[in-house]
Amino acid sequence: MQAFRYRQPKSVDAALENSGRFLAGGTTLIDLMKLNVETPQQIVDINLLPLDRIEATADGSLKVGALVRNSDLANHSEIKAQYAVLSLALLSGASPQLRNMATTAGNLLQRTRCYYFRDTNYPCNKRQPGTGCAAIDGLNRIHAILGTSDQCVATHPSDMAVAMMALEAVVHTRGAKGERTIALEDFYLVPGQTPHRENVLEPGELITHVTLPKLAEGTKSYYLKLRDRAQYEFALSSAAIVVEAKGGHIKRVRVALGGVGTKPWRSHEAERVLTGKDATPENFHAAAEAALQGAKPLRDNAFKVELAKRALVRAMTVATQAA
Amino acid sequence: MSTSSTSSVIGASVTRVDGRLKVTGAARYAVDHPIENVAYGYGVSSTIANGKITQIDTSAAERMPGVLAILHHGNTDPLFRTAGPLQPNSRPSESRPPFEDDVVYYYGQFVALVVANTFEQAQDAAFHVKVTYDEKKPLVHLDDVPAPAGPPVKNYTRGKADEAFESAPVKIDETYITPVETHNPMEMHGTIAVWNGDKVTLYETSQGVMNHQGVMSEMLGVPLDRVQVISPFCGSGFGGKLFPWPHSLLAAMAARRLDRPVKVSVPRALMFTTVGHRPLTRQRVRLGATPDGKLTAIIHDVLNHTSHTDDIMENCTEPTPLLYSCPNVAAAQRLVKLNVGTPTPMRGPGACPGLFALESALDELAVKMKIDPLDLRLRNYAEIDESEGHPFSSKHLREAYQAGAERFGWSKRTPGIGSMRKGDEILGWGVGTATWSAGRGAAEVRVRLMADGTARASSATQDIGTGTYTVFAQVVSDKTGIPVERIEVVLGDSSLPPGPTSGGSTATASVLPAISAASTAAIEALLKASVRADQSPFKGADPATLAMTAGRVHVKEKSPETGIPFEQILKMSRLAALEGNGKSVPSHEAHKVTAQSFGAHFVEVAWDPGIARLRVSRVLSVFDVGRVINQKTARNQILGAVVMGIGMGMFEETIYDPRNGKPINNNFADYIVSTNADIPELDCIFLDYPDSAMGEYGARGIGEIGLTGVAPAMAMATYHATGVRVRELPIRIEKLMQRGMA
Repeated sequence: MQAFRYRQPKSVDAALENSGRFLAGGTTLIDLMKLNVETPQQIVDINLLPLDRIEATADGSLKVGALVRNSDLANHSEIKAQYAVLSLALLSGASPQLRNMATTAGNLLQRTRCYYFRDTNYPCNKRQPGTGCAAIDGLNRIHAILGTSDQCVATHPSDMAVAMMALEAVVHTRGAKGERTIALEDFYLVPGQTPHRENVLEPGELITHVTLPKLAEGTKSYYLKLRDRAQYEFALSSAAIVVEAKGGHIKRVRVALGGVGTKPWRSHEAERVLTGKDATPENFHAAAEAALQGAKPLRDNAFKVELAKRALVRAMTVATQAA
Repeated sequence: MSTSSTSSVIGASVTRVDGRLKVTGAARYAVDHPIENVAYGYGVSSTIANGKITQIDTSAAERMPGVLAILHHGNTDPLFRTAGPLQPNSRPSESRPPFEDDVVYYYGQFVALVVANTFEQAQDAAFHVKVTYDEKKPLVHLDDVPAPAGPPVKNYTRGKADEAFESAPVKIDETYITPVETHNPMEMHGTIAVWNGDKVTLYETSQGVMNHQGVMSEMLGVPLDRVQVISPFCGSGFGGKLFPWPHSLLAAMAARRLDRPVKVSVPRALMFTTVGHRPLTRQRVRLGATPDGKLTAIIHDVLNHTSHTDDIMENCTEPTPLLYSCPNVAAAQRLVKLNVGTPTPMRGPGACPGLFALESALDELAVKMKIDPLDLRLRNYAEIDESEGHPFSSKHLREAYQAGAERFGWSKRTPGIGSMRKGDEILGWGVGTATWSAGRGAAEVRVRLMADGTARASSATQDIGTGTYTVFAQVVSDKTGIPVERIEVVLGDSSLPPGPTSGGSTATASVLPAISAASTAAIEALLKASVRADQSPFKGADPATLAMTAGRVHVKEKSPETGIPFEQILKMSRLAALEGNGKSVPSHEAHKVTAQSFGAHFVEVAWDPGIARLRVSRVLSVFDVGRVINQKTARNQILGAVVMGIGMGMFEETIYDPRNGKPINNNFADYIVSTNADIPELDCIFLDYPDSAMGEYGARGIGEIGLTGVAPAMAMATYHATGVRVRELPIRIEKLMQRGMA
C-alpha cells in the first residue's frame, strides 16, 4: 500500500469539493489498496456524511442512504417484510464482520474477485486497459458466462445488487453537474471494449441513496445463492425473484441472476417467458433456458450454465409456493 | 516406575490452563513480543516459478522513506546448509538457504528482503523493487512431466501381489487423486530476531523449538549455545511449523547485518508458497478378492510431487501393509519434481491421502460385490500387524466399528443409490477407517516444588494449541496432589530441558513419562528434606516411610490430613524450592508389538439434486487411542480434525496457474475451508483402553488420526446419495452435476 492523503468531510458539498477515492466501508477499496491494485493519491472518507438512514418516502418507496450498513439494511423490519429478496441476498453475502462495515453504495460499486484483476503482475484490461485478459485462457471457474467480451470475463460479485436489480431499484447521485437519478438497470455497463468502465458514474460523482419502489400488494420475493460452501463465498450462481402471482398464475415477475454475469444480470428473456403463464415446473424450465440462451461458457465454468438454470427454477418454485 | 495413577485429574475433562490467556488476548504470539527498536522486514518474492534472476533494481526502493537495507543474493554472504542426519535437530524445511544463488525454483520464493523502520514503509518499498528474470517454462502439474523412471523411493512387498491380483476372481483397479492443500493455521508464520553480541534470540511460532535452534545454529554458522528460540504460544501449525522456513533465516540475517532487531511476518498470500503444503498425490490402487470378499491382493502405487530443492515423500502407503488382513501386498512410492515450494507434513501426512485411496477402493469393492462396506472391513479385519508379524499392543477397532454402527444406526442403511431420504433431500451414508502409528520420543522435564505452595514444570517442548500445557499440569497434579491451578507450566523455550517436537502425534506420549519421573524425583527430594529439617515433625524418620499426597507430606500409613503442607517443609529447611528432573526414552521396536491407534468415522451427507447441493449432515467418530488424558482437549482434537476433514473432502485445493506457477487462490476468500455453517453436529466416542506398551499412562497420540478416514467416508456417502464416484478430491459441485436434473 502506498502513502496517501486523507480527508474526512462532514457534508456532501464538502465531499464533492475533494478529488480522490471515496471511502465508505472500505471492504473493497482497502483490500485492493493492500494489493496495489488501487493506488489513490487521496482518500475522501465519507463516513461522517448524513447518508446513513432508511426512510419511507411520500410515494411509498423506501429510501436507503448510501452509508446504510449491509447488516442494518438486511435486518431492517421494513426490508424483511416487504423486500425479503434483498434481506436474503445481503445475509448470503460475505461474513457478519464484513456486513457490519460494508455499505449500500459501496456494495453497488464493489469490484470483481477475478484473480487476475487482483494481481498487478498479470495483464488485465479492467485494471490496465489494453494489456490483455489473463482469465480467458486462464483458470476461470469463477468467471462470467453472460455479458462477457473478448476483453473481459470478470464476474460482478455482488448479491445485494442482484436483488436490487429484481426490485428495479433507482440510484441517486450528486456530482459536478448536480443531481442524477439512474435506474439500476442503466447503471451498470457490460465490459465490451471498455472493461475498465463498470458503471455510468462520472469521476467525482457520489451515490447519495438508493430508492426501492413500492411493490404491488401480494408480491413475493426470494433469493437463492449456490456455492461450494454454506457461507462466506461468492456465488457460483444465484437467482433473485420478485413475483406477483395469484392462484398459480404469474401476473408480473422480475428475474435477476448473480455469479454468472459481468454485471448483476436482469433477465428480461426469462420474464417474458413467465409473464402471464402458470407457475409450473415446465414454465420455470423454459424461463431458465431463455435466461441462459446467450451464455458463453469458458474452459472451467461450463457447469455454471446448468447451475444457473437450477438456481432460477428453484428460486421460482420457492417464490411462487410462498405466493 | 510407580504404579498407575489413582487421582481423578488424569482422564478428566480439564479446561486448558492457558485458555484464559488466549481468550483475553494476553497470550503473546511470535510477532506480538514487544521488542524495542525493532525494524520490519518485508519480502520481495519471485513472480516466476522457474528461471534465473538477471537483475534486482533497488534504486527506487532504496530512496523511499524509512528504508534501511535491501538484502538479496547479490549483496549477502551465503548462509550454510545443515548436516541433516549427521547432527541432531538438524532438519530445515528447505535445505537451500535463502539467497544462496540467483536460481528461482518456485513462484513466491524470497528473492529480496526490504528492511525499514515501519511495516508500511517496508511493504511499499518492496513493491518498488524491480526484479527481472530469465524465465523458463514452469512445470507445476503432475501431468506436465513424464512418470519417473527408476526404482521407487519406497517399496514394500509381501507375498506375490501381482500374481494374486491377476488371478483374483474379483478386481478393483482405480486411480485416486488428492490435491495440494495448504496448512493455513490462524497464526501466520513470523519471526523476530534479536542479536545481543554474538547471541541471537528468535521469537518464533514453532512446533519444535529444539530443532529450530539446531537448524538456525547450523545455517547461521553460530554455536548452539548462542541461539535461543522462544515460542510460548503457537496459533496452530498442522505440521507447517515443524521445521524452520526461509523467513526465519532472513530475519536473523537482516538483524545481524543491521545490528538491530528485525521482525519478518509472512503474509497470508505467501503462506501458499514459502511455508509448505501437502503435495498432490496420484494413487493407483488394485484390490483382488475372493467371491466372499476376502482380500487376496493389495497393490498401492503412489506418486507425489516434491520441489527441486528437496525430496519429500508423502508416505501414503504407511498404513497399507497393516490396515487389513491380506497375504499379498505391494506398496511403492515415487516422486516427481515440480516448480513449487517444498512440501511438508500436514496433519495426518501420508495416511490422510493414502486412506482416501485405499478406503475408497475398498468401498468400490463393496459396491461391486454387493457387500455392506462395514461388513467388508470386518471380513478383512487384521488381528495382528501382518507387516511385522507382531501382535498389536492394544487394538479395539472391531469394537469401534460396532459401537459406531450402533450409535449411528448403520443397520438401517439401504444400499441402493439415492434410496434413503429425509424430507426433500437424499441421504448418503459412508464409513471410513482411521489409523495412525503411536510413537514416543526422548524428552526431559524439570519439576520445581516451591515454598509458596506452588509448583512449576518446564521443558523445551511447546503447546501448539493441542493442550500440552494442560497435560503437564495434570500429571504434576496427579503425582503431587497440588491443584492444577497452582502449577505453572513453562514451555516453548530452547533453553529449558530438551523436549520433543510437537509432531507425528508423539508429544503427549513422549512427555508423560518424563513429567512423571521429574515429579517423582522432586517428591523424593522433598521427602528427604522432610526428615532433615529441625522443626519437621518427620525429623529423623526414614524418608521411605513418607509420602506426598494432596500437596501434603505425611506418614505413608496415615491419611494426608495428619501431615503438613509441602511448602512448610521447604520453609523449615529455608529452601526456595526443590527440583526433580525426569527423562523419557524413545519407544523402540524391541517390544515385538505394534502400537497403533484406530478409529472409524460414520458420515451422513444430504443431497439436494435440484440445485446440486451437497452438505455433510452428521458425523460420528469412534476412537481407540489408548488412554485419554484429558477428555476435553482430546475431544477438541477429534472434532477439529473432522472439521478439517470436511474441508479436505469438499473444499480445499491449492490451484496453481500453469503459466507462472502462482497459487491463484492464495487468500481466505478463494481458498475454501469449512465455515461453521458447513459443520453439522459432530459426536465423538473414545473407547479409552490404556495401552501398556505406552508406559504408565497408556496414552497414544491423538493429533493426526482424527483427520484420517474422513474424506473417504464422505466420498462413499456421496456415492451412496448421488451415484457419482468422486476419485479426485475435493468433491465439487461440477463433479456431481454429471447426472441430469433430478
